[in-house]
Amino acid sequence: MKQNKVLNFLLNNMVPIMFIIICAVLIPLSGFSAGYLLNEIITRMGRNTFLVLCLLFPIMSGMGLNFGMTLGAMAAEIAIIFVADWQIWGLPGIVLAVILSLPISVALGWLCGTIMNMAIGREMITGYIMNFFIGGWYQLVVLFMMGPIIPIVHSSIKLPRGYGIRNTVSLLNMRQTLDDLLAIRIGGIKIPVLTFLLIGLLCLFIVWFRRTKLGQDMRAVGQDMNVARDAGIKVERTRIISIIMSTVFAGFGMVIYLQNMGNLPTYTAHSQIGMFCIAALLVGGASVEKASISNAFLGVTLFHLMFIVAPAAGTEIIGDSMIGEYFRVFASYGVITLALIMYEMKKRRSKGQAGQMLAQAQREEEAS
Amino acid sequence: MEKQGTPLLQMQNIKKDFFGNQVLTDINFTLGAGEVLGLCGENGAGKSTLMKILFGMDVIRETGGYSGDVLIDGQKVTFNTPFDALAAGIGMVHQEFSLIPGFTAAENIVLNREPVKKTLLSEVFGDRLNTLNYKAIAETSAKAIEKMGVEIDANMRISDMPVGHKQFTEIARELSKDQLKLLILDEPTAVLTEKEAAALLDSIRKMSAQGIAVIFITHRLHEILSVCNKVVVMRDGYVVRDVPAEETSVSDITKWMVGRNVEAPAAAPDKQTASAASAGKAILSIRNLWVDMPGETVRNVTLDVQEGEILGIGGLAGQGKLGIPNGVMGLYDAGGHVEFDGKEIPLNNPKACLDASLAFVSEDRRDVGLLLDESLEWNIAFPAMQVQNKFLKHIGPIALRDEKAIQEVTRKYIDELMIKCTSSQQKARELSGGNQQKVCLAKAFALEPKFLFVSEPTRGIDVGAKALVLDALKKFNRERGVTVVMISSELEELRQTCDRIAIVSGGRIAGILPASESSEEFGMLMVSQVK
Repeated sequence: MKQNKVLNFLLNNMVPIMFIIICAVLIPLSGFSAGYLLNEIITRMGRNTFLVLCLLFPIMSGMGLNFGMTLGAMAAEIAIIFVADWQIWGLPGIVLAVILSLPISVALGWLCGTIMNMAIGREMITGYIMNFFIGGWYQLVVLFMMGPIIPIVHSSIKLPRGYGIRNTVSLLNMRQTLDDLLAIRIGGIKIPVLTFLLIGLLCLFIVWFRRTKLGQDMRAVGQDMNVARDAGIKVERTRIISIIMSTVFAGFGMVIYLQNMGNLPTYTAHSQIGMFCIAALLVGGASVEKASISNAFLGVTLFHLMFIVAPAAGTEIIGDSMIGEYFRVFASYGVITLALIMYEMKKRRSKGQAGQMLAQAQREEEAS
Repeated sequence: MEKQGTPLLQMQNIKKDFFGNQVLTDINFTLGAGEVLGLCGENGAGKSTLMKILFGMDVIRETGGYSGDVLIDGQKVTFNTPFDALAAGIGMVHQEFSLIPGFTAAENIVLNREPVKKTLLSEVFGDRLNTLNYKAIAETSAKAIEKMGVEIDANMRISDMPVGHKQFTEIARELSKDQLKLLILDEPTAVLTEKEAAALLDSIRKMSAQGIAVIFITHRLHEILSVCNKVVVMRDGYVVRDVPAEETSVSDITKWMVGRNVEAPAAAPDKQTASAASAGKAILSIRNLWVDMPGETVRNVTLDVQEGEILGIGGLAGQGKLGIPNGVMGLYDAGGHVEFDGKEIPLNNPKACLDASLAFVSEDRRDVGLLLDESLEWNIAFPAMQVQNKFLKHIGPIALRDEKAIQEVTRKYIDELMIKCTSSQQKARELSGGNQQKVCLAKAFALEPKFLFVSEPTRGIDVGAKALVLDALKKFNRERGVTVVMISSELEELRQTCDRIAIVSGGRIAGILPASESSEEFGMLMVSQVK
């Protein structure tokens, strides 16, 4: 029995344990100092955690890993482009970008949620394909409509041909504004207090939200849609709200991410953000149906720790730092695949158990 | 408060048909406040349909509504949705649980009626951002559990609960609604242990004492006698008896339930075959079979089928009769031993069964039985082609379909079974239910099996097609010497077709009787081990 428990624990936490082992092996190989690693980790936590946390809402409502969070990222990018064009920098620029992203995120989230309601049970693949579809619209807007239709004043962000946005938009004037405000340094390690405060605020909101009527409804819908519907809960509406919330927070998270990076790769910034966030959450021990705030923090730490040390370790072992980037993509897809397989396996295992119980009852009956 | 003499519930001349198929005819009964009414009848007698009408289920409206009047406190009411019925004080506990597995009992009891506290954000974004008042939730659920009178742990998660407690949680949920006047319990004791069932009966008496009327549907007849004030027995969509409980007995009720055509001679299968069969050797022996088929669990079944006979398997719905063929044929997780013609058949392996020349006509025509969007030719020839490499011509290493042979065999069965279709190319989806069933049979016949399982062959088809299907089965058995096991919920149909009938009850074989035995005997077996 006890052995079983240990085995179950190992099986359920296979992914985080695997990553802890990988990091434990790679850290000494990379030769980085503890101070450097800590600094890097804290920077990346500030950059990514908000984005990862936005995934918790759809998991709560049973819609799985929200690949559609990328839509929020696109909304934030469009908002940032406007802010950069209007030359509103610093904190006001960031606040304005957040405000501008809001209506776009809500609209895209509503669209995404509505379509996912038409594809119940296949939300993840639907979200993934929605990325490509909305990505096409994003390109249409940014590449062709910005200039002739949507007024863009500043030529510095325009393509030389006179319309469309350049491949990279510099955000140098708002780079790390948020991070530097209220930042403190402890022994050479910079801690972006304000960013962490915002992340903490979102965590508090999530904890509080679980106790609200809407949060309770989402959990009910997530566990059994039919029961929830019979009880009078508006299932479709609840699911749409959860996707909208996820998209909106993804937009906020993307603004935080971009101000930290200091530039906007216009056509690629959003392309893999969803995948990396989902992979990070899964590395933290979350599954398709269950995720917590601590999963998000642990996941971001482990996932990014690996990326920091992998290139250096790669250089050390085979003399090629590209191994790091390769590992990043490989590990992301691998982790997501593993999570999906484990989700299916778990479902099958519980089904097989029912049969075992019947067989057991029968054996007992014969014995007596 | 109520006007003296006005009963709580009156049902007057309720009629309901599903697309011309009359399922309820002139149902009349009344129920006073605090009375307990036991409703019994065989499957298909119309109990569930009647309750669906009373509870305003969508399916009734979607299929054209009903005629007749439902009166509550003397007022005519029309429920368009279950929520209307709930508002009028009717609660229903369904056979399938309607609980959120990861929530505690308390959370389930107050599901979507949670007491809440106002918050700042709810002023802006609406009521759904009110926070839950956990203290009030605990109080509400504790009160409901107390009202029920059966002790369950309000803080236990549903997924950790034994099945009986889940049932009690559902009942507590209905009781927590203040407006509740009438509670419908649809086979609530089916999943309970003896002790839990006794506790439930106590709880029903308690509710009745508090003035809540109860409609109690069950197959355990002694429970009805011990707790109900009156008994309503339904058969074939009619109320055949409406009597006070103290004036009746289990054997009376059984007789009324199954008692149609008692005087008609049962089947009269030609005596020779029957006797020949009983003398024959066992072609299929099932030993200690368990099957995990949701809703049709089979427990420890041991059964011998004689060569050349038609064996019927009957029983009430949900007792496991469908699990037997589905388990043997490998469609659901199963364990035990099955021997066919002296050889062990591996379980959970449909291909092995088909290779051993067993065939199965599934009760699930549309999903398992047919390729709905393919032609009749394909439907009929497909299994034989896949399993036995029939209807193929070989050109070197490549096997091609032999369209001519396929057409021939399809024509043959279309004529033989009188399948009504425009051509052998017509899509299976376009046929009527009865004709689809015939295609399913033709498909099995085309395999030329030694042994055939037929599950619910007449479900949802009209009388004419029924007779044809049953005759075809008989002919197949008598002329080609194929052993047939037929599973059906209609006892009369089994008695007309089969040599022997095994009755399944509580997942086990309750007994095997010759078809000529009286209906009452079968009825007693059906309810003998109902759990």
